[in-house]
Amino acid sequence: MHSDRAPLGLKIAAFAGLAFLHLPILLIFAYAFTTEERTYQWPLPGLTLKWFAVTWNRPDVWQALGLSVRVAAISTILALILGTLCAAAVSRARFFGREAVSLLVILPIALPGIITGIALRSAFNIADIPFSTLTIVLGHATFCIVVVYNNAVARFRRLSRSMLEASADLGANGFQTFRHIVLPNIGTSLLAGGMLAFALSFDEVIVTTFTAGQQQTLPIWMLEELVRPRQRPVTNVVAMVVVLVTFLPILGAYYLTRGGSETAGGGK
Amino acid sequence: MATAAGDRLSDLFWRQPRVLLAVLLVPPLLWLGVVYIGSLAALLLQSFFSIDEFSGLIDYELTLKTYRELFRPANFDIILRTTLMAAAVTVASAVIAFPIAYYAARYAKGRMKAFFYLAVMLPLWSSYLVKVYAWKLILAKEGILTWAVDGIGASAILNAVLSIPVIGGNSLSVSYIGTFLVFLYVWLPFMILPVQAALERVPQNLIEASDDLGARRGQTMRYVILPMALPGFIAGSIFTFSLTLGDYIIPQIVGSSRNFIGQAVYAHQGTAGNIPLAAAFAVVPIVIMGFYLWMAKRQGAFDAL
Repeated sequence: MHSDRAPLGLKIAAFAGLAFLHLPILLIFAYAFTTEERTYQWPLPGLTLKWFAVTWNRPDVWQALGLSVRVAAISTILALILGTLCAAAVSRARFFGREAVSLLVILPIALPGIITGIALRSAFNIADIPFSTLTIVLGHATFCIVVVYNNAVARFRRLSRSMLEASADLGANGFQTFRHIVLPNIGTSLLAGGMLAFALSFDEVIVTTFTAGQQQTLPIWMLEELVRPRQRPVTNVVAMVVVLVTFLPILGAYYLTRGGSETAGGGK
Repeated sequence: MATAAGDRLSDLFWRQPRVLLAVLLVPPLLWLGVVYIGSLAALLLQSFFSIDEFSGLIDYELTLKTYRELFRPANFDIILRTTLMAAAVTVASAVIAFPIAYYAARYAKGRMKAFFYLAVMLPLWSSYLVKVYAWKLILAKEGILTWAVDGIGASAILNAVLSIPVIGGNSLSVSYIGTFLVFLYVWLPFMILPVQAALERVPQNLIEASDDLGARRGQTMRYVILPMALPGFIAGSIFTFSLTLGDYIIPQIVGSSRNFIGQAVYAHQGTAGNIPLAAAFAVVPIVIMGFYLWMAKRQGAFDAL
């Protein structure tokens, strides 16, 4: 039988593909230390730590970062509430329009971001809502619902009905059951979903360009720098920090759900 | 007191499950229905308005005039160009994604499997703009790619490729090839994950049966594995196709000055102030994606999911 070892060609193609995915990101790390200010010269003419200090003292970077964190935090909370409600409804009952609900949740992320963006923008214009942090959050929460929903709905499906019935038989009311049975069971999936939602919002740029007024989130700041570069080394440093910051929630979400799926597989 | 109220409410939910369902569903549906579907409807409506050529004001009479505008050569070129790019990106990402997905699904075990999963997830979730920025660094004339090509003595080949009309350009960062590479890079993980998921559902005993019946490796691949992986490719292509159609940042940062749909939407709603035409342009990806999904369904791609 020849299925135990991978053919060499396949192995090379697979690892070359992974290298293609990772080398560009590593390159960002190298550029954060360059001494060159005006061009993207490679090989780097020299290495310095100077730009970290320069970036640290830039108020515009801090402002953009602050706004991004605020928006991501509020959007994540909203998405957690709405996504969990939706997941609970879809997973516990069959009802008319159930498929439509799942489609509706997925739509904001399935359609290109520019459509979500321009649709929201024209709606805000028609409704005379001025562009502000609120409008950014409205947009972000809309497409963050789906990540929470996806994580929660998978866990809700595994939550055995007999546990809920046992809880009711022992005299717990619906809220007590939710607090002591449902929440501990879905908790890690919500945390994972929340982390992904945070990462999604923290990084979003296309919808944000349409729903932000004069304010700059960190991605909008970066976009400005990409289109009209002012100080390239600062952009390099910010880019590196953004990569590191987004890695944490992704790794966290992975470890949380990995444990969950393993125990579920064991229970089967 | 609070528990009493809680008890009564739970009783109600128990006797009338529909009430609980309504309580659960109303907030998210209200949000998505009002904020999102409302916005989409507003967008659709605006595409049926038109702009008065003399005053530049929006004429609120329903008309198909704006859609006719889309078929003017300049605008139609944009649509054609974007669709071709989306198709090229989709095919290329399927080709590159397959070995990664196949290795991860069939041969990677234990730690290696986790490594592959994370190795795809991390680039997928890393900042979109940072990824685009990385390619601006790579493709710059003074950047690492030119240096590497020089290093292996292949600059003549690079120059030859760049001198190809239409897809070439002054340097990679202002050519369609550059735009294509960045699209490919940014959307590739969206192709890998569904293909890998589909490959993992191929039962091992089918492959063994194919072996037992004397199929060579290529035949097993052609007649057993690839057909069963097709739904994964379709799912992935929906992402890569749709994302390329709607993107306006990548062609703006890496690419020639010729527009893509997303840039047209952005330009018309912004500086040009022609919201109806922007809306009509935005409807194009929706229509193309609708058609694409319908074709995929007709081909039976969703039956196997």
